[in-house]
Amino acid sequence: MNGETDITGADGVPDPVTADLRLSVNGVPRPVTVDTRETLLDTLREHLGLTGAKKGCDHGQCGACTVLVDGRRALSCLTLTVTADDVEIVTVEGLADGDALHPLQAAFIENDALQCGYCTPGQLCSAAGALAEAADGWPSAVTPDLSAPPRLDETEIRERMSGNLCRCGAYPGIVAAVGQVAR
Amino acid sequence: MTEELDAGLVAGRIAESDQMSEPSAEREMGRARRRKEDARLVTGRTMWTDNIQLPGMLYVAFLRSPMAHARITGVNVSAARSRPGVVAAYSGRDLAGEQGSLPCAWPVTEDIVIPDHPPMAVDEVRYPGEAVACVVATDRYRAADALEAIAVDYEPLDPVLDMTEALAEGAPKVHEAGNRAFTWKFAGGDIDAAFRDAPVVIDRTYVQQRLIPTAMEPRAVVATTDGDGFTLYSATQIPHVLRVMLAMTTGIPEHKLRVVAPDVGGGFGSKLQVTAEEVLALLLARRLGRPVKWTESRSEGNLTVHHGRDQLQRIAVAADRDGRIRGVRVELLADMGAYLMLVTPGVPLLGAFMYNGIYKMDAYDFTCTGVFTTKMPTDAYRGAGRPEATFAIERAVDELAHELGIDPVEVRRRNWITREEFPYTTIAGLTYDSGDYEAATEKALAMFGYDELRAEQADRRERRDPVQLGIGVSTYTEMCGLAPSRVLGSLSYGAGGWEHAAVRLLPTGKVEVVTGTSPHGQGHETAWSQIAADALGVPFEDVSVLHGDTSVAHRGMDTYGSRSLVVGGVAVLAACEKVKERARELAAHLMEASADDVEFDGGRFRVRGTDEGRTIQELALAAFAAHDLPGGFEPRLDAEATFDPDNFSFPHGTHLCAVEVDTETGRCAIRSYVAVDDVGSVVNPLIVEGQVHGGIAQGVGQALFEEAVHDADGNLVTTTMADYLIPSAADLPEFTTGRTETPATSNPLGVKGVGEAGTIASTPAVVNAITDALRPYGVRDVRMPCTPERIWRALAEAEAAVPGQAPATGPAPAAVPGFAPVPTHGSTPGAAPPPAPASEPIRGFVAPATSESAPEGGAR
Repeated sequence: MNGETDITGADGVPDPVTADLRLSVNGVPRPVTVDTRETLLDTLREHLGLTGAKKGCDHGQCGACTVLVDGRRALSCLTLTVTADDVEIVTVEGLADGDALHPLQAAFIENDALQCGYCTPGQLCSAAGALAEAADGWPSAVTPDLSAPPRLDETEIRERMSGNLCRCGAYPGIVAAVGQVAR
Repeated sequence: MTEELDAGLVAGRIAESDQMSEPSAEREMGRARRRKEDARLVTGRTMWTDNIQLPGMLYVAFLRSPMAHARITGVNVSAARSRPGVVAAYSGRDLAGEQGSLPCAWPVTEDIVIPDHPPMAVDEVRYPGEAVACVVATDRYRAADALEAIAVDYEPLDPVLDMTEALAEGAPKVHEAGNRAFTWKFAGGDIDAAFRDAPVVIDRTYVQQRLIPTAMEPRAVVATTDGDGFTLYSATQIPHVLRVMLAMTTGIPEHKLRVVAPDVGGGFGSKLQVTAEEVLALLLARRLGRPVKWTESRSEGNLTVHHGRDQLQRIAVAADRDGRIRGVRVELLADMGAYLMLVTPGVPLLGAFMYNGIYKMDAYDFTCTGVFTTKMPTDAYRGAGRPEATFAIERAVDELAHELGIDPVEVRRRNWITREEFPYTTIAGLTYDSGDYEAATEKALAMFGYDELRAEQADRRERRDPVQLGIGVSTYTEMCGLAPSRVLGSLSYGAGGWEHAAVRLLPTGKVEVVTGTSPHGQGHETAWSQIAADALGVPFEDVSVLHGDTSVAHRGMDTYGSRSLVVGGVAVLAACEKVKERARELAAHLMEASADDVEFDGGRFRVRGTDEGRTIQELALAAFAAHDLPGGFEPRLDAEATFDPDNFSFPHGTHLCAVEVDTETGRCAIRSYVAVDDVGSVVNPLIVEGQVHGGIAQGVGQALFEEAVHDADGNLVTTTMADYLIPSAADLPEFTTGRTETPATSNPLGVKGVGEAGTIASTPAVVNAITDALRPYGVRDVRMPCTPERIWRALAEAEAAVPGQAPATGPAPAAVPGFAPVPTHGSTPGAAPPPAPASEPIRGFVAPATSESAPEGGAR
């Protein structure tokens, strides 16, 4: 941490406390110095030029900021950047393999799973995380049989994607796209 | 999902193939093309306003009123100015000399009260969240932090929250001129005759709760100047209208102001506005000579993005005992909020011609009073006036059916305009050009399994199943394609309703389409490409659509009111036709033939009866080279066209909803939902499908989840997405959709518009279904949003009114008047008031004498 000994600046207003971090985003080392109050979302958007993740609500209620942290979905607006040292962060910009779209990206296009597209990066990262969770046997609130591997039917997908809001109401396409990749 | 989605067209790679494809024999019109917009959207490569970074950019934060209504007795920003990183801080008074007044473009009556609306409050705040001061700093955190150093002295004034109380004598005033903004009337036929001695009168009052549009992308603005001209980037639906209005408001000459709508993340009417923040960003850029950016937080947005709906509707339907409607009378109170914004007063007027729905009748009478309250102004929200109208008439027609013991579909059938009667001029004076209500309804009933569900419903009622089944019907139409300019003029709107397009054939044969529409999720880049590809015979991939920048798309009326395809798409077609005629002239010259002998097919001009021909791409290059042109022929193959429709378009359809309501807990779940829509000819069924889905989702949101709630002091308590609930994937069922098709006759594409259809149709379908489920318990209405608590309370109230009431299979019981009055405001989500029995008079309305003539509870 920097500036720990003197946090009071002019006029009694505390100066920001900063930290030097070694982030890894989309497989690329990204050393940054951030205000310790800063969220991962702001670091990505304001400092690293990765504007795919969106600030839809800044309260963890809409899911537009969803990224993958060590393969698991995380709400980057509720993640302090200082907690993201030494983890692997993947954003929507890191899903495709060069020019080859991630299967979820291709499925979103094929199934018309977006309209304005603002929530889409969060939907995609969330869907990638949801598929991984299901593959690892994680149940959801609607999983009927907790002893069997979850089967990603429509109800399961709707539940598992319920943290990602889409005001355009493209849910039928989103559910179809996620289901297509799950099969 | 529906028919014919053509899976072979998906782009598996980010870059589209650059290969010149052969002109396709398949028409683009009607083809489920995957969207051109999507590749950039799914890879995070889009340019949203908040993504824009400019050298030396400063960030703006606003201090907002914590009170609904107060006099400002002092604002001190000096401490904020000395905070780290702060470049400037201003109060409303600091900017009073230059900030002007936010515009209202729709003075609906001669005597309308349009109060001065400073972008930042100067003397008085009139709604919670109104900006009172701002800070400009080197980053957004410093700007936000410095707000706490601003001192504002408020002298609280009484909030004005309830429309009926606001109109009462001696009520606290929002503005000096009083709380009545206007009263607007419309009448057709002899309404007194229709109600006189009417055997049945259904007289109901419905509350259209206040909604928060909640586009996923928060508003954002970037303003910059080079010392001469200004550029404003804004998350707006209306770059063109905005430019004109900002020039008028700020005094920046129109030719020195460029407005850009980059990628915009949804609008639903909420970005059809000239906002305080847009004006202030320009003024700050002008004062400071540096670029400034403002991006709202979600809570800021819930407070200060204009709200929607918020009407109190009294509707009376006079009918004969066979169910034939004689007349409809509507008295509306419309909550304007604290000020009249861009089209605030016009929103209820857009519904004024729709309360007669798809029905024939002898008389219609409409009165609307706009009322000021100390709330955020209302304005357009998806459907804008037409969902409210459709809700009222479709709820009332269901009540009429119940009253008479006739199936709700049958009552509609007895009243609707039949397919042979088109074109039909309604009692509201609109001429519906085409439609087939029979076909849409028959298709919907079959897809829904109406008879089977009715049988199941009867069985559940018989068994006294605690989970009851309800079936809701909604047969809607809407006036779309806003709008014929002469009609807008007759309604005192400040502008026209035309749309513009320019089409340019480039030297290599590629095509640029420039449109005045401003998409924010509607897929215009794809659909306009399809229209141009068909018209010019060029490959879909060879068309680019440019929009949203007033320096590129120099003329336009933008996107709202289901107008883009119906007006703007038709303008694209018209411009393409002009280009084609130029190309034909050039082709004739080069082939030494008469233009009359040159025919066009699949992108090639050919001399009739010969093999001699030129492709449109060859002609583009020939025009560019200009070596051999007809006399006086300018070396270009481009054209512009403006389309101003003669009439509105009238999409229609039948939506059916089945709900299961747990009568012990109030839990309501949609079991199935069928939507059959007739939107005329279809350019891209994939896009139509998405628009229908999204519309239904928002309409269901109003029916079940959404409400902007204020406390007794006038504070908005639904300021986050945990308090204001928009539907998630888990909250909605799979929708079953279908289409019927009667082409519009008012435009050459035969299109009618689809953006608002789902929202207009679905809300009454859902509430009709809930009411239908609960009728045996004596419940006649549940106020929206129909939360489990409201449903449970409605059941409890009905039970208290008629103890021992059980799911009856016999005659429906009369609802009993005399419940405590229901506050329409001042509730919190945790303490929702009981719903009003529908017979309860709502303060502010005088019951018409004929309302007593309705015999209650008979004939079932």
